[in-house]
Amino acid sequence: MKRQRQRLDTGARIDRSQRLGFRFNGKSYEGFAGDTLASALLANGVRLVGRSFKFHRPRGIYSAGMEEPNALVQLGKGAASEPNLRATQVELFDGLEAASVNCWPSVKFDVWALNDRVSSMLPAGFYYKTFMWPKSFWHRYEKVIRKGAGLGIAPQAPDHNIYDKRHQHCDVLVVGGGPAGISAALAAGRAGARVILVDEQAELGGALLGNGERIEARSGVDWTLGARAELDDMAEVRVLTRTTAFGYYDQNYVLMVERVNDHLGAPAGTLRQRLWKIRAAQVVLATGAIERPMVFANNDRPGVMLAGAAQTYINRYGAKPGNRAALYVNNDCAYRAALDLVEAGIRVEAVIDVRANPTGEAVAAVRERGIDVLAHHAVGGTLGSKRLRGIEVLALNDKGDGFAGDIRRLRCDLLCLSGGWNPTVHLFSQSGGKLDFDEKQACFVPGEARQAVSAAGAANGVFALQGCLAGGTAAGREAAQKAGFEEPGAPAALPFSPPEADPLNPVWRLPPVSKGEMRFVDLHNDVTVSDIELAAREGYGAVEHLKRYTTTGMGPDQGRTGNMHALAILADIKGVSIPEVGTTTFRPPYAPVPYGVMAGRDVGVLTDPVRMTAIHGWHERSGAVFDDVGHWKRPWYYPRPGENMAAAVRRECVAARDGVALLDASTLGKIDIHGPDAAEFLNRIYTNSWSKLAVGRCRYGLMLGEDGMVMDDGVTTRLGETHYFMTTTTGGAARVMAWMEDWLQCEWPDLKVFLTSVSEQWATLSLSGPNARRLLSELAEGVDLSVQAFPHMSVRDGRVAGIDARIFRVSFTGELGYEVSVATSYGLALWQAFLRVGENYDLTPIGTEALHVLRAEKGYIAVGHDTDGTVTPGDLGMDWIVSTKKDFLGRRSLARADCVRPDRKHFVGLLPEARVPEGAQIVDEPRRRPPMKMIGHVTSCYDSATLGRPIALAMVAGGRERMGETVTIPLTMEGRVVKAEIVSPVFYDAQGERLNV
Amino acid sequence: MLQIPCPHCGPRDEVEFSCGGEAHIARPKESDALSDAEWADYLFMRANPKGVLAERWCHTLGCRRWFNVERDTVSHEILRVYPMGEPRGGGSGA
Repeated sequence: MKRQRQRLDTGARIDRSQRLGFRFNGKSYEGFAGDTLASALLANGVRLVGRSFKFHRPRGIYSAGMEEPNALVQLGKGAASEPNLRATQVELFDGLEAASVNCWPSVKFDVWALNDRVSSMLPAGFYYKTFMWPKSFWHRYEKVIRKGAGLGIAPQAPDHNIYDKRHQHCDVLVVGGGPAGISAALAAGRAGARVILVDEQAELGGALLGNGERIEARSGVDWTLGARAELDDMAEVRVLTRTTAFGYYDQNYVLMVERVNDHLGAPAGTLRQRLWKIRAAQVVLATGAIERPMVFANNDRPGVMLAGAAQTYINRYGAKPGNRAALYVNNDCAYRAALDLVEAGIRVEAVIDVRANPTGEAVAAVRERGIDVLAHHAVGGTLGSKRLRGIEVLALNDKGDGFAGDIRRLRCDLLCLSGGWNPTVHLFSQSGGKLDFDEKQACFVPGEARQAVSAAGAANGVFALQGCLAGGTAAGREAAQKAGFEEPGAPAALPFSPPEADPLNPVWRLPPVSKGEMRFVDLHNDVTVSDIELAAREGYGAVEHLKRYTTTGMGPDQGRTGNMHALAILADIKGVSIPEVGTTTFRPPYAPVPYGVMAGRDVGVLTDPVRMTAIHGWHERSGAVFDDVGHWKRPWYYPRPGENMAAAVRRECVAARDGVALLDASTLGKIDIHGPDAAEFLNRIYTNSWSKLAVGRCRYGLMLGEDGMVMDDGVTTRLGETHYFMTTTTGGAARVMAWMEDWLQCEWPDLKVFLTSVSEQWATLSLSGPNARRLLSELAEGVDLSVQAFPHMSVRDGRVAGIDARIFRVSFTGELGYEVSVATSYGLALWQAFLRVGENYDLTPIGTEALHVLRAEKGYIAVGHDTDGTVTPGDLGMDWIVSTKKDFLGRRSLARADCVRPDRKHFVGLLPEARVPEGAQIVDEPRRRPPMKMIGHVTSCYDSATLGRPIALAMVAGGRERMGETVTIPLTMEGRVVKAEIVSPVFYDAQGERLNV
Repeated sequence: MLQIPCPHCGPRDEVEFSCGGEAHIARPKESDALSDAEWADYLFMRANPKGVLAERWCHTLGCRRWFNVERDTVSHEILRVYPMGEPRGGGSGA
């Protein structure tokens, strides 16, 4: 274990009494509670932490926050490790293990670094241009290229962590817990509003934790702790730390992820993260700002860092990011960092400032400390490779757009950059708000809002601390007021005017000192100034094109440090202003969000609801194999010991044809229809006429969409003068119910009809087969089952096995059949009663597969199986069910030219030589391989026990005119060809004699 | 996710609703008198404006009632909610 040689002895927000051991790239280190992985690595003097995306150049820690482009790590070991986490955000815990991403075999010796040597041959668009020829070879190149590019390794094992979701409403949501956000939350909370304050860090404070500023004679940290205590005392205020608001949607709907236990390594069995779904009346965005770097040659060496980050490592973490420093700046702000560096015992060689004559307060203070200020100078390059060894400084020419004079070398191992600040406008922009360009500070700031949202503090382009406090208070107070809360006697907010400071001078790019040296704009994606110049030259002048061509601004950091330079350089090349170039679109999520937290607890058996019938337990105990139909679990078949599927289905089919079979038909959609206009309603919904259906009789109906295509079918029964009972397909029940409600409420409100879904109120058991009546007669009371008294397609009420029942004489198998419906709670009792009496009849439970075989033998369509939304009643040969005497939904469409083409596909039967897969294509002229002219496809195919041969149903172009002809089913993938004869779709009992017994 | 003020249940999240597309498209009464093109216009063609659109919504996971909504398709702002059968008004645009 190495000593923390870069650690300061006192100060900072770390607990030196809590030592935490961790491993990075296989080596053991020690840090303190309060550290991030990045601060602990810096405290241990580790400078090289990763390799860049494309050129595999050595990289070091660059920032102290979520904008980090370099220090991406794979956290944890083995199959469940997590890729691409920013070391600057990973809180240290004892036993943490992490490794650099995108290097092989190690971060110190990376063979892909060869790319760096030939970087001049790898400009933007290189892969696009080079590996596109010949086209078919891309899949070969890709394997090799993918190995060299990319980041961490996606986890291979299931994520066993526990995640949760929570919904919350509030009056004021404050995003960001720095000085502005805290002030806003205090103001809104004092007014009595329900407030949620969120911050992504482990504790509130934001910039105050790192910049050492003071408030009202207190340290910023002390002020924060006092505010936190006050917020905690307010009953209606909730403070969430370690929580990132990542998505801002319509009507102030904000999604946030709370990292509940990641800072402890997410121990097994504990909640790892929680997804918050917030609906807020008002939102205050106090999301702070992100510092911009300066751009120059070889500006990516480990040891080059944002000035604010260096300051944060010293003040917040007590970690010295270097021992000999220089600063390269274009504004006053970074001078305060210089003072903090000196305070921490770091030797500051010089502050290099591109401005001609900086005179601000902080500048004077730096000069007073005897630090060299090189005004009107720039950094032209750096020395070193795996760590920074020095910089090259040059004077600027008079115009300030190039160099003058000789190179001067300065030795240093830390170079702090400050090119101004970009307000974090991501969420504001996601909310639909417009961005304005602030010329003076050279940054985009929130403009006109579209939702109930405001911005405060640095997020609003106000960077001075007093402005953050005043702006936050005002924003919080106003938000509370708009939500209906006001603090009585609150002191008027003090007007704030920003302190006088020399404006920054955005020098976006300078020419290279020597040719070919890379000036990185986007460190994460290795995009250079030359790449942007090339893209503009090649016509990718629109900012969205620039992004895609060069990849600038992509990846986990989304170009947070480099985007502004990319835009500005593009604007400069095109000779337009930055706002004219515009920004790329800010889309959610603001930060990467694990899939696990989005899934929450809806995984495994809870992924999707499961619907089970009253008899489900019996099916399970009896070894049924289940078929998923919509959300329903239906028995598919019931294999006996030693039986395969084919044998079981054959046995079940034979039972229905020769004896009697029992089917759990409870999943059928059932809709109760009441009202004086019910018959008229059915006339409009179904293709056939319902006016003359007698009470107690059933009728089959076909339902079309307005486009004329078959939508659903089923049997509807007239139970009383104004009372009908409709059945639908299992899968179509909800859709049909919604469809009918839609027409009733929106188009035909004059019809006096109401609909009730009763699918789950009835258990429906279907008896089918020549012995069905004999079996039922043993249990039925008060019903005459004789043919004369109870004909096919009619209904009777009675009692079965002592249970009140509604008995329908209907059939989907072509055999004598009864569907007995009882209250769902009696379903299992009835089932068991049937089985008890059924012993004498060898009553056989059958599943959906046997049912499908039996109905296919009869040529009965299964909607959604034989039809696919492009099939008309005429296509099915069902013109007999289409009334010509009334209007109904879809009728007009049937007369459209396309619906009366003679070459439409017709529903036909096939006698294939062998069983073929459903969906198989049918052709007239088979070839060895596609393309072939397809004339239709197989919709159903089974081995028919009844017929002793395979049968199929199919849609074939002009099929009804081709009875007896032979077509071919080429199964190219299986290497076989099957011939089939076109026949009637009714294979069995064409006269229907078996039904009317 | 939109927050939709159901006239019967109050404001609820969009996941509870289903959208029925453009509102005020009456089913032609004498459809036989229409050409195929006119019928197709009723069936398929919708205004799809950039701006205010009147559309039908159903509170499927609540009261199951249909109602009309005037919504700005750019800002997603919901400008007005009114019962089925009531004519369009209030908002501007297509």
